[in-house]
Amino acid sequence: MTLMYWQRDLETMPRDPLRALQLQRLQDTVARVEACVPFYQSQFASTRFTAAELRTLEDVRRLPFTTNADLRNHYPYGLVAVPPNRLSRLHTSSGTTGKPKAIFFSQRDVDQAAELVARCLIMVGATADDVLQNMMTYGLFTGALVVHYGAEKVGLLVIPAGPGNSERQLLLMRDFGTTLFHCTPSYALYLADFMERHGVDPRRDLKLRKALIGAEAHSEATRAKIEASLGIQAYNSYGLSEMNGPGVAFECEHQQGMHLWEDHYLLEIINPDTGDPVPDGDPGELVLTTLCREAMPLLRYRTRDITAIIPEPCPCGRTHRRLRRITGRSDDMLIVRGVNIYPQQIERILMAVPELGRNYLIELDGLDEMTIKVELSPAHFDGHVEHLVQLESRLVDKIRAEILTKPKLQLVAPGSLPISEGKAKRVIDRRVL
Amino acid sequence: MNPVQLLAVFAENKPDQLARVTAALASAHLNIHWIGIADVQKFGVIRFLVDRTDLAFDTLKQRGFTVSRVDVLAVEVEDCPGALHIVAKTLSAAGISLNNCSGFVFGRRAIILLETSDLELARQTLAHHGLKILSETEILQL
Ligand SMILES: [Zn+2]
Repeated sequence: MTLMYWQRDLETMPRDPLRALQLQRLQDTVARVEACVPFYQSQFASTRFTAAELRTLEDVRRLPFTTNADLRNHYPYGLVAVPPNRLSRLHTSSGTTGKPKAIFFSQRDVDQAAELVARCLIMVGATADDVLQNMMTYGLFTGALVVHYGAEKVGLLVIPAGPGNSERQLLLMRDFGTTLFHCTPSYALYLADFMERHGVDPRRDLKLRKALIGAEAHSEATRAKIEASLGIQAYNSYGLSEMNGPGVAFECEHQQGMHLWEDHYLLEIINPDTGDPVPDGDPGELVLTTLCREAMPLLRYRTRDITAIIPEPCPCGRTHRRLRRITGRSDDMLIVRGVNIYPQQIERILMAVPELGRNYLIELDGLDEMTIKVELSPAHFDGHVEHLVQLESRLVDKIRAEILTKPKLQLVAPGSLPISEGKAKRVIDRRVL
Repeated sequence: MNPVQLLAVFAENKPDQLARVTAALASAHLNIHWIGIADVQKFGVIRFLVDRTDLAFDTLKQRGFTVSRVDVLAVEVEDCPGALHIVAKTLSAAGISLNNCSGFVFGRRAIILLETSDLELARQTLAHHGLKILSETEILQL
């Protein structure tokens, strides 16, 4: 039997009681950090704030933001709110530079993160009959383990494959009849390409039906490409290690935005420059406060991810509001010749062109010279060099129209760009500025 | 119709690209009868005629090359001044434009490989004017 919801009462709770629950959990969280996290004690002291003043959800704006830098500066134990013997798991989130961020889980946190993932799996129609091939990195990264525990809770058979070694992935898919898989969008595209190059038709040779796609912001066109090339439905998964990893927000069967579990996370969208709230529906930076986390509560964590709230109710019946697809991480923004560019803008164009493959790389060199390398699709190559020349100039025009600066474009052979096993590296910046 | 099938391989403009293709073909004991390279700075397309097209296609595909089949017409003319002009004149009189054209000489015979958007029309036109069209079997037996 297919379940509709994992925790029906919580997932479909009417907005008013849900908000009341949020307020109560927020008050508890704030009282707890005030009592036992020195970092927040000093933050509160400097703004003369006390937990008792928190009376409505809107009062959350009186709390300080927590940033990336705060986690690094208080690495490793500075934001832990429980005695060390209550800690049961460590994950880290690596930045591009410097120290990692340490994220601690209590036993209850591990269990709750798994519950949220279980909600997500049921939400996309997974059942105990499914076989999930988990192709995220196991280890310090949250991506694989958190989904693993959630899937076991629902009763799926989990294959802890980890990323890479595509030949072995295919073998596992064949031998164990994998129906669901979990990986990054770049690896899903790579795998589709790998199958095509090795004469595997996933519709004929495999039993894949759905994919959980996360850990990298990706465009709607990328999703469409993954779905079409593998004959599956692909669901967008949003999470970040600082918020337990996967299972923070996830698409339902309608694939129109990701439900964010508001009984566990208090969500705000702010103007990243001013810190002020933006009206519902407007894009801004996602800011999250944990409402249930024991070991390491975080207040108003600046995710750097740009998204918007979809305020309308969803036909699936869940009352937790949805987020739009992440359009970029404010950290990912490039400035090329004075123009602000998100790599996702370029990706959206590339992925909508059938003649192109699934991997691309943006290289920045010298004085603001941008080269976009993109792989061809082997199936669309017709042996005519003049068609490739036309394709190249068509792409340059489209990209220039989108980002307002003219890039160099280079068509490369399928499979020739590096693939990454965790988060894809889409931009290489070698500029001397 | 009697087209001749060439294979076309996408190649980035790197020093070892042609060698990689020829190594793959040699390892499968395939014989290259003709080769041509269309190069536009950063990339190009290598085209060739081999004795066993299907085997060559599968061999290249398995080794991860981006490969495609391209149909062309093989026209045999005498190796003498004005021979190519007859072909070109015949086609242009019929309003057929060429997308691609190359040729080679074998003994006293000259073979022209032509590509147009409507190969069948080109074949009829040339045959009608008494030009000899070679089949793939014929060209491989040269
Ligand atoms: Zn929904």
